[in-house]
Amino acid sequence: MIRPLIVLALALLLALPAAANPALEAVIAGNLDQIEKPSRRTVEPLVAQIAATGPEGLALLSAWADRSLGVTDDGRLLIVDGDAVTDAVTGQPVPGADPKMLRPNSGVRGVIESALVAGEISSPDPARRAAALASIARDGTAEHLAALRAAPAEADPALAAQRDRVTALLAIRFDPDPAARVAAIEAMSGDVGLDFRAALNPLLATTRVAAPAGPEANIARALSAGEADFPREAAIALLTSQGILQPRLTPADQRNALAANIVDGRVGGIPVAELSDPAARDRAYEALEAAGAVAPAATEAEVEAAIDAHRFFEIYAEPNSDVTDAARAAETGAQVRLAAMTGIDLGLDALSLASIYFLAAIGLAVTFGVMRVINMAHGEFIMMGAYTGYVVQTLVANRTLSLVVALPLAFAVTFGAGVILYRLVIRHLANRPLETLLATFGVSIALQQLAKNIFGTQARPLTAPAWLEGAITINDVISISSIRVAIFVLALLFLGLFLFIMKRTRLGLEVRAVTQNSGMAASMGINPDRIAMMTFGLGSGIAGIAGVAIGLFAQVTSELGQQYIVQSFMTVVVGGVGNIWGTLAGAALIGGLSKVIEFMNPANTLAAQTFMILFIIIFIQFRPRGIIPQRGRAAEA
Amino acid sequence: MTEKLTRQPFILRNPSILVVLAVLAVFTVAVTLLSQAYGNGTVPTSTVKVLGKTLCLALAAVAMDLVWGYLGILSLGQMAFFALGGYLIGQWLMYARTESIVAASLAGNPIPPTPAELQEGVANQIFGVVGSSDLPLVWAFAHSLPIQLLLVVAVPGLLALAFGWLAFRSRVNGVYLSILTQAMTLALALWLFQNDSGFRGNNGLSGLQNIPGLDAVDQATLSVWFLWASALALGLAYVLAAWLVSGKFGSVVRAIRDDETRVRFLGYPVEGFKLVVFTLAAMITAVAGALYYPQAGIINPAELMPIASIYLAVWVAIGGRGRLYGAIIGAALVSLLSSWFTGGRAPDINLPGYTVNWVDWWQVALGIGFVLVTLSAPKGIAGIVDHLGGIRPPRRATGEVPQPAQEAKA
Repeated sequence: MIRPLIVLALALLLALPAAANPALEAVIAGNLDQIEKPSRRTVEPLVAQIAATGPEGLALLSAWADRSLGVTDDGRLLIVDGDAVTDAVTGQPVPGADPKMLRPNSGVRGVIESALVAGEISSPDPARRAAALASIARDGTAEHLAALRAAPAEADPALAAQRDRVTALLAIRFDPDPAARVAAIEAMSGDVGLDFRAALNPLLATTRVAAPAGPEANIARALSAGEADFPREAAIALLTSQGILQPRLTPADQRNALAANIVDGRVGGIPVAELSDPAARDRAYEALEAAGAVAPAATEAEVEAAIDAHRFFEIYAEPNSDVTDAARAAETGAQVRLAAMTGIDLGLDALSLASIYFLAAIGLAVTFGVMRVINMAHGEFIMMGAYTGYVVQTLVANRTLSLVVALPLAFAVTFGAGVILYRLVIRHLANRPLETLLATFGVSIALQQLAKNIFGTQARPLTAPAWLEGAITINDVISISSIRVAIFVLALLFLGLFLFIMKRTRLGLEVRAVTQNSGMAASMGINPDRIAMMTFGLGSGIAGIAGVAIGLFAQVTSELGQQYIVQSFMTVVVGGVGNIWGTLAGAALIGGLSKVIEFMNPANTLAAQTFMILFIIIFIQFRPRGIIPQRGRAAEA
Repeated sequence: MTEKLTRQPFILRNPSILVVLAVLAVFTVAVTLLSQAYGNGTVPTSTVKVLGKTLCLALAAVAMDLVWGYLGILSLGQMAFFALGGYLIGQWLMYARTESIVAASLAGNPIPPTPAELQEGVANQIFGVVGSSDLPLVWAFAHSLPIQLLLVVAVPGLLALAFGWLAFRSRVNGVYLSILTQAMTLALALWLFQNDSGFRGNNGLSGLQNIPGLDAVDQATLSVWFLWASALALGLAYVLAAWLVSGKFGSVVRAIRDDETRVRFLGYPVEGFKLVVFTLAAMITAVAGALYYPQAGIINPAELMPIASIYLAVWVAIGGRGRLYGAIIGAALVSLLSSWFTGGRAPDINLPGYTVNWVDWWQVALGIGFVLVTLSAPKGIAGIVDHLGGIRPPRRATGEVPQPAQEAKA
């Protein structure tokens, strides 16, 4: 931490006119012996005197602490910085000097450092105070604590708060008075900052020992061999590492020992051919042990006796139990608050995943949910939207503008694709859902391969504009990336749009009429075929926009749609067909559960997906028509 | 049906059985006589393997046709059973072979190995690749061929039984059921992809073409043996399936396909019929998988991603649903064409300005062709056979109300 201070001091030195500093000169002249052979106990007043002489004094101190101060034969002090040598008093360069370097011990350097910090933290310049505080927060020592406490009151409120926090953290670690440490811990309990937890951790570090009786130490807890987090093997390993027990014989050691003692095809009198039996190996080893040919190994009985004769403890490295108790309590409190915040963070994650699922599924909710047309190529429409975004981005350099262009264009492209698919394929397979499923699947593999042929197999980047990068961070635990917030907003927007179209427009009215009773709607002058086509195009268009949104955070590949198609269908089916709120509920359920399962088993996202699908299969057993089932005649269709 | 007809043995009522068996026999004998092991070597061993695998795929397609063409359940999870069969036989193949290798290498030691050491060595060999050295619980019977053979049928059967019972009981039907079967397959695939599920993660099981205890037999001979076994299994399964769908049982099954609610109202236990057919089809598919993967040599979880099952449905649809021989024709034709076109041996088409490379464009052609078959020839190739043979579907009132949508359009 000395370096920044030196740099600061040197920079100041260079800025100042190279004037002699008579006060400093006088101090040096009067205390040259002390400077050359400083003592930890007596150096403090001298350091204070030097520090009081101004910037030159501080520069001298930092050079001294950094072991870059030299003394010449005629009693001048020189600061050596690489090849440059300057006079500590005048600041003038001294070419060709060959000073004797001073090597103060660590105690003395500690005194100097705290004096420097004291100088820095009481500096009139707020930037230097802030730099000094940051430097202490990174790597504080006991001397810093004293310096911080001795420093004059801080005027800047933000710096004052930071200084109080740094002081408290240093007090937890270095205060000689246990009561003060406990007080500091208790004052800060409830804080979830990483620095606070880092300060607590060394206090709570434990080691395990085995002893015949309770040791004279700050015992965290007693262990008994065989409990869940202290299995018998751990006890044996601990006893062995403390030299109480001889190492156990591993099967490999046993085999090697036996192999080294084969005499005339026999080991310990037992024929080699019989040694494929573990019991025979034990007998052979015992025979060798009795003959003194091999080192004795701990037998099971010895192990048992050693375990019985010893008690096992976890002891704190920190000797004072009041401190560890307070730290433990604070740590527990921090853990509780941390768990709550992790819960909030998890909730945000789940919300964002749910909005992705919702976005991917909302188009399906239109085509499958409202129209009952199953479209396995829906995922490929999402992919088409993403590739549209990519193509637009290669043409329009401005990221924001390209996004503004890409969204409606993706809608237009996939709307068109949807209408074509409807006219060419789906219309001819009306009321034959399984055939529709298969035919649209054929479309899906053709489109996927087509995308592969056009864009290649490698992932294409679709970069978000700069204002969507980064994250909204609330504290060390809770943060969410801006892009996910944007997707959440987009999902809400679509929900609103969908509701508006379905409930407030002529098209929505006609769609609802056709879904409820196509024949009656037709006799009222509605063209069901046109309505079906429009609805299908709308659902496909929304898939295209979802594709742009998904492409912003996922890699755009020809398999992009495949990753979402099963989840999307699950979302619609779990939620309940024919109801947008059901789709919302389905997305929330699937997104939330995925995150919870992932949280419980974070190393294994595959397991999370597996369990999620199993859950859905079982869920369908109990609510075959989804969370919000459709009622009335339309449900029977 | 007349009284006289019902008294005839069922084979005479289904002349297609004899035709299929005869074609299968001629095919097998012909390939044998042209193989490197038993004939003049015109057909290379790799082709014999491809043909053997195709027979297994045809077997899986027959089972798919039972479930889809006759029972009306579009199961998009059949390949899960197929791959399970492969994994279960692969466990024994890999374990037994590794055991013999490990035993040979440990035999060089001065001290003979204990059973525990042997097993540890095997586990190290098999699971070192996923960073584990313990034999997972699911490998408990891997040392025993009879038990694993039993499991080949039992595990997929039980899975189908449990899944079917849950799904049919809650009356999940149609598209929902298809998506549910797809989800089941995806779940199984994702589970197998995990390193700690005990099936070597995405490495899968490999070296399955080497049959333990038959090291002296070369691959050329083995490939012919597997071809015989596959042909035998296909023939037996065909007869079994044809017998199943020909009698009263078959009539009920087809009735369930056409109108499940009416059959239920007539007092038939619909769920029971569905369970029997679904489970039986799963077992047949598993046997097909168990015969397929020793010929393929390697199995990994990618084999049972949902796409594979959908291809199976595509084959059956192209061959013709509701005709067992249609399933065989479709599977054989499309899978052989696929491997020919994607194998890079098909000649490129030089269009002005663009060269159509079949490796890239076969999938597109297959997808479009499939859409066309679905649209214009819903009965597939078997429909053409029916047409040539003069078989007409019985004329009956379908009970379907003409769709207002089409009326309005017209």
